[in-house]
Amino acid sequence: MIELKNIKKVFNAGKPNEFVAIDGINLFIDSQKATVLKGPSGSGKTTLLSILGCMARPTSGRIVLLDREITSLPERFLTEVRRKTFGFIFQQFHLIKGITAIENVMVPAYPSGENYSSLKKRAGDLLGLFNLSDKASSKVEWLSGGEAQRVTIARALINNPSVVIADEPTAHLDTKLSKEFMEIMKELKEEGKTILIASHDPIVHDSDTVDRVIEMRDGRIVSLGIAE
Amino acid sequence: MDWIEKQRNIIDFTMSSLVRRKGKNVALIVVYTLVVFVLASVMFFTHAIKREASLILRDAPEMMVQRLVAGRHELIPVSYINTLKQIKGVQTVRGRLWGYYYDPTNRANYTLVVNEDLHSSSGNVTVGKGVLRNLIGKERGTIPIKAYDGSYLFLKIKGTLSSESELVSSDLILISEEDFRRLFGISEEYVTDLTLGVRNAKELTTIATKIVQLLPDTRPILRDEIIRTYDAVFDWRGGMIIVILFGAVMAFIIFAWDKAAGLSAEEKREIGILKGIGWETSDVLMMKFWEGVAVSLTSFLLGVLLAYVHIFFTSSTLFEPALKGWSVLYPNFRLIPFVNAYQVGTLFFLTVVPYTVATIIPSWRAATIDPDSVMRA
Repeated sequence: MIELKNIKKVFNAGKPNEFVAIDGINLFIDSQKATVLKGPSGSGKTTLLSILGCMARPTSGRIVLLDREITSLPERFLTEVRRKTFGFIFQQFHLIKGITAIENVMVPAYPSGENYSSLKKRAGDLLGLFNLSDKASSKVEWLSGGEAQRVTIARALINNPSVVIADEPTAHLDTKLSKEFMEIMKELKEEGKTILIASHDPIVHDSDTVDRVIEMRDGRIVSLGIAE
Repeated sequence: MDWIEKQRNIIDFTMSSLVRRKGKNVALIVVYTLVVFVLASVMFFTHAIKREASLILRDAPEMMVQRLVAGRHELIPVSYINTLKQIKGVQTVRGRLWGYYYDPTNRANYTLVVNEDLHSSSGNVTVGKGVLRNLIGKERGTIPIKAYDGSYLFLKIKGTLSSESELVSSDLILISEEDFRRLFGISEEYVTDLTLGVRNAKELTTIATKIVQLLPDTRPILRDEIIRTYDAVFDWRGGMIIVILFGAVMAFIIFAWDKAAGLSAEEKREIGILKGIGWETSDVLMMKFWEGVAVSLTSFLLGVLLAYVHIFFTSSTLFEPALKGWSVLYPNFRLIPFVNAYQVGTLFFLTVVPYTVATIIPSWRAATIDPDSVMRA
């Protein structure tokens, strides 16, 4: 589904503080599978996730998404690809404060030009899937950690993406909520979505939902292993 | 349709963003409105008063002749009329009687002018709306005027003046010649000044020169000179106010720049999230554009509306001393509302355009935040 060919990402290139975050990675991500990027802080997991999700461009190398070369696509088209293909779940949730849960879910779809009423209905349905119907009109700062994360997941799914990307999704959750999160990922995988998670939480990479755990260190892949 | 829905959705989100940061945005709108209000007040006033002046002078004679004694305006002998009629090119010469009367009860100055239509109507006057306002409930009553010898004349108010310019009519009392001469003790050999009509307007300057040669104690005044004086006086006053307030306008631009450039951490975070979840740079710029439109249009409309009320309904209370000047105009009159597209356009250019320019670059900078910044926040 997604193929990375000799990807390199260098920050502050040519400056004294030059830093190589990703160093020549070749990788193929299978569709409808759950893949986890594992590794210590600074190993390049988040950077690789950003490149896989078309949020950041590599310094060199090529990216092929669904047999389409997207490395040099202009920003506008790349954003469109990102919006239609990927749904993001961030470590800090990154919900917009001051607006309601349902509005937060709707925000990614605003630029698509979908009718407001139908968009609101879809967002309401998604919140219903995660048992948050009664919280739809609550401002997000009033939600608990688990509720906020489920809103984030609903937001990631509003554009019906084929790939769900999650960066350290369980970092701020307790064990019970972390397991609940993995259950949701399992359901999404069963619906046919591709799951990509960066995490060093054992609950995530030991989960039977996960098909493959890729281990990283110092910007390189040290193991392309398959989880049992 | 998609484009319209997209704009609707983005506007909806923009409005909720503005409400979420209402403290900051209300402060901005208040300052912005004040700047528009001040500029609009000055502009409305100067345009309206210049228009009033042109209306006053539209029907004025092409030339007036006054007599000067020791550099002061004096009564002019009626015999000068025949002398002036002999000048080639002079068509008509008429004597005018006019003067001022201070009403100590209302502390107001009235202008008394002899109206030829009131020749046979001794004892009656027609008054302007300003005079009438001082005589509430006495519209059809009597106005007492103290004569030069201390006696009182009780003149019946026969009607009020309705004019398209209140400046010309507000303090006016039209009176008969007989009453006027009795009030001020002016004999029939004198009038206040003379008005001249000429056959060819191009000869006005030549005729004026001849008048001074023939009657060295006189001073001819051309209508165009008065119009130019009015324009200069009010352009100067308006310009002076603008210069004084230039600092305030600059402070506003700096404030606007600072407001837009100094995006709070929360705003930057929000833009990062929007980019991260699939908004394009152009979508964020569009949101910033609608934000600017909402702030600037609200402030512009509020400022213009307040200035309109201030100038045309409250008699320019705040800027009265600077704009009107006590020695130039009757102190209490209402300007007739006069606003045209040129004024509104100029105001828009002076207020909305600088704000837009001041905020566009910082907005663009904010909109080009890398989408992956949200992953690292």
